[in-house]
Amino acid sequence: MNNEAVNIFDEEIDQKGQYLTFLLEDEAYGIWIGYVTEIIGILPYMEVPELPDYIRGIINLRGRIIPIMDMRLRFCKNFVDYNERTCIIVTDIEADTVGLIVDSVSEVVSIADDNIIDKPMMSTGISNQFVKNIGKVGDEVKLLLDCEKVLMHNEFEKTLNEDQYGRKIE
Amino acid sequence: MSVNFENEPMMDIYIFETNQMLDQLEQAIISSEKQGGFSAENISEIFRFMHTIKGSSAMMLFNTIETVAHTVEDVFYFIREQKPEQLDYSGISDLGLECVDFIKIEVEKITNKNEPDGDAETLIETLKIFLDGMKAKFDGAEIKDKPETTKAKQYYIPQEKNPAISLSACYHALVFFQDDCMMENIRAYTLVLGLMDMVEEIYFSPADIADNPETAIEIREMGFEVYMKSDVGYEMIKAYFDKCIFADRLSVREVDEKALKAFQKELKVAKPAMPQASLIDLSAEKNSKFASNEVTRKPNGSNGNGANGQAMISVNVDKLDKLMNLVGELVISESMVTQSPDVENIESENFHKASLELHKITEELQDMVMAIRMVSLSNTFMKMNRIVRDMCKKLNKEIVMEFIGEQTEVDKNIIEHISDPLMHVIRNSIDHGIEDEDERLAKGKDKVGHIILEAKNMGSDVLIIVKDDGQGLSKEKIIEKAKKNGILEKSEEELTDREIYKLILLPGFSTNEAITEYSGRGVGMDVVVKNLESIGGVVLVESEPNRGTTITMKIPLTLAIVEGMNISVGRSRYTIPITTISESFRPQAGDCFRDPDNNEMVMIRGKCYPILRLHEHYKIKNGQTDLSKGILIMVEQDEKRICIFADELLGQQQVVVKSLPHYVTSTKKIIGLAGCTLLADGSISLIMDIGGLTGLRLQ
Repeated sequence: MNNEAVNIFDEEIDQKGQYLTFLLEDEAYGIWIGYVTEIIGILPYMEVPELPDYIRGIINLRGRIIPIMDMRLRFCKNFVDYNERTCIIVTDIEADTVGLIVDSVSEVVSIADDNIIDKPMMSTGISNQFVKNIGKVGDEVKLLLDCEKVLMHNEFEKTLNEDQYGRKIE
Repeated sequence: MSVNFENEPMMDIYIFETNQMLDQLEQAIISSEKQGGFSAENISEIFRFMHTIKGSSAMMLFNTIETVAHTVEDVFYFIREQKPEQLDYSGISDLGLECVDFIKIEVEKITNKNEPDGDAETLIETLKIFLDGMKAKFDGAEIKDKPETTKAKQYYIPQEKNPAISLSACYHALVFFQDDCMMENIRAYTLVLGLMDMVEEIYFSPADIADNPETAIEIREMGFEVYMKSDVGYEMIKAYFDKCIFADRLSVREVDEKALKAFQKELKVAKPAMPQASLIDLSAEKNSKFASNEVTRKPNGSNGNGANGQAMISVNVDKLDKLMNLVGELVISESMVTQSPDVENIESENFHKASLELHKITEELQDMVMAIRMVSLSNTFMKMNRIVRDMCKKLNKEIVMEFIGEQTEVDKNIIEHISDPLMHVIRNSIDHGIEDEDERLAKGKDKVGHIILEAKNMGSDVLIIVKDDGQGLSKEKIIEKAKKNGILEKSEEELTDREIYKLILLPGFSTNEAITEYSGRGVGMDVVVKNLESIGGVVLVESEPNRGTTITMKIPLTLAIVEGMNISVGRSRYTIPITTISESFRPQAGDCFRDPDNNEMVMIRGKCYPILRLHEHYKIKNGQTDLSKGILIMVEQDEKRICIFADELLGQQQVVVKSLPHYVTSTKKIIGLAGCTLLADGSISLIMDIGGLTGLRLQ
C-alpha cells in the first residue's frame, strides 16, 4: 500500500526526501513519510502483559488491532502522562503495523540528500541505535529515525535497557 | 522447455483436476484389488482417468506425465479389449499405483512452481515389459480390429485387420435389462457409446435416453432396440452385447439394409453427438461423495453434477476467507450497536423488536457462513486406505480398516492439518500395534487385524479416534525409555497409567529398538502433537495390554468464534472460553491457604485446587488483591483444574477471535493468551488460553 503511495507522489514530489517530524520532550525527530499510514489522537488502549514497558498495549483502530509503542520509553526518557496533544503515528514497517506514541506532531518537511549528514559518534549508546542520520532544516536539526531498529528487539539492547525505575526491561 | 507459470491461468485448474483424478484413480485401483479383480467398469474408469490426464498434461506441455499416462493407458486398453484370462491383479495394482505416485510427485513439483523433471524412463520400461508380457501370454487369440472410424483417437497398439471381414453388414439388437438394475436408460446409453468405435451407423430406440429418465421405464417394458451398420463382423457385435452388464435377455441378428433404412426413417434420428461429459454420469454417483462437500481452489467454474440432482459450485477459498472476516466484523458491529449504552435507553418498543430481529439474522448469517467452510472427513479417511494397503503388503500383515462417522464435517483449515497426524497414528498402529499373524493366532485373536477410524462431534469439539486391536502400549518399556532419556519427572510409582501413556507424545520418544522404514526415529507422535496444537487440538492416549490402543484427537470445531465469559482485572479485560469453565464463586477467606512452597490453594468440597492470581501473574495494577472480594473461576483443560482469581465477571458474549498483532507475537510468546477480541463497547479483551495456564502449575 505504501508503494502505491510512493508512485503517485513520485510524479510530483520526491517522496524520498519527505519526513514527518515530531517532538519528544524538546528533541525533534523525523520519520520517513513512506512508513506513515495515518496520524491519530491518543486512544484508549488495552495493556498486554509480559511485554517490554515501551509497548503500552493494543488499540482498536476501526476494527484492526494495532500495538502501540511509547517513543519516550523506547528512547529511555521518563514517562509523561498523555494529554490532548499526544498523537499516535500509525506506521507500516516491514509488514508490521505499529502505532508510535509521541508528544506532538509537527509537520512534513522536505530534506534534500545533501542536507542529510551522518550522525556523530555519541557517548550515550542507546538512542544512538535508533537514529539513522541527521537532517538539517533551516537552523534546526532533526534526528531521522531508523525504523527497523526501532521495532527490533534484541538481547543486547535489552540488557542495556533499564527504565528510569531501575528495573530491567525484559 | 521451462514453463512460464505466471501467465498460466489454466495451471490452477489443471492441478486441481489432475489431483482429484489421481485420488479417484487411487481409490479405484485399491478397491479393485480388494475385490480381487478388475471389473469392466473399473477398467473403463481407470482408462478414462488416464486418458484425461494424458490429454490435459499434453496440453500443458508436461511431456513426461503425458508419456507415463499414455503407457498406462495402453496397458489398460489392452486389458479392456482383449480381456486376458490370467491377470496378475496384484502386479497391475502395484504398477498402477506406482504411476499414480510418480504423477503425484510431478504435479506437486508443478504446484510449488518447480520443474516437473522426474525421470520416467524406468517406469515406462517396466510398463512396456509388463504389457509385452501380457501380450505374449495372450498371443494367438482373436485380436480385436481397430476399424477406420472418423473419430481421431490415437492408440498405438498395433492393429491387425481380420481379413475375413471386409463387407459392412447391418444388425439388429434387442436388449432387456435385469429387472431391478435401475437406470436402464443410462445403461443403454453406455452400450451405444461403446458401440461407436465399431459401427459406421447406428440408430436406436428410445432415442432420447441421454436426457429423459422416463425412457428407463420404456426400456424396461419394451426393451432397447439398436440397428447398426458395421464391418466388424457378427461375432464381434454379439460378443460386445454379450458382455453388457445387467443384460437379462438379448437378441442380436443380422438383417439387411432395407430393415435398417426403414428403422432409420421411423426414427429420423441421425447419429447423435456424444458429449464427453455424459460418460461421467455413472461414475458421478460414486464420486459425488468425494466431490460434494469439497470446496476447493477453482476460479468460479460451474460443476454441475446432474446425475445426483445436487447443484454444486466450486468457490475460491480466498473469497470464503474474506466472507468470513466480513461476517465476523458484522457480528462485532451489530453488538456494538445493539448493546451500546445509548441504545438501551431508547424507549421505543419497535426499535427493540427490530434490533432483536437484527441480532437473530446476524446469528443465522454467521452460522451459515461457518457451515459453508465445513468439509466432510470422508476424503481424508479415504486417503488412509492407501497407507494401510501399502504397509500391509510390506510388513506382510492383514489388516482391515473400518470407518465410522466419516461424514462428520470440520472446518476446511482443520482438514489440512489432520491428514498428516492421522497418517502417523495409523502407521504406528500398523507398525507397532498390530502383531504378526502368528502372534495374533497364538494369542487367540483374529488373524486379521482391525483398525477403527471414527469421527464424531462432542460438544464444541470434533473427536477423531484411531482404535486398533493390537498389543497395546507396554508401560514397562515406556518407563524404561523415559528413564534412559532422562525425561522422567516423577518417580515410577506416582505416575498414573494415563501419564505413562502420555510420555510417548514427548519428542524423541520411541520404544522401538531399531529404526524401520516407517518408524523408530521417535519423531512421529511429537509431530502429531505439534500439528494438533497449531489448530488448538489435543491428543489423548489410552491403551490396554494385548487388547489394543486408542488414540483420540480432540479438535475444536471452529477457531474463529468462541463463547466467552468476560472478566475484569484492574483496567484490563480478559475473556475465558466458556467450555473450560466449571464453576465460579467467591471464596471465603478461610478456604484459602498457602502450602510450604508458598503456592496458594483453595479447598472446595474436600479437594484442593491451585489459585492463579491474574493481577500477580500478569502484573496488572489496581486489581483486587483480597480473595474474598474478588471472584474465583474454576477452569479445566486436559484434566487439570486451576482457579483463576479476577475482580469480577462482566458477562457472557460470543466473541470473534482475532489473533494478536504480529509485532506482539514476534516480541514474545505470552503463555496464557490465545488472541484478542473486540467487546461490545469497542474496547479490547484478551482471550485466555487455558491450556497454557494449567500447564504452568504442573501438579
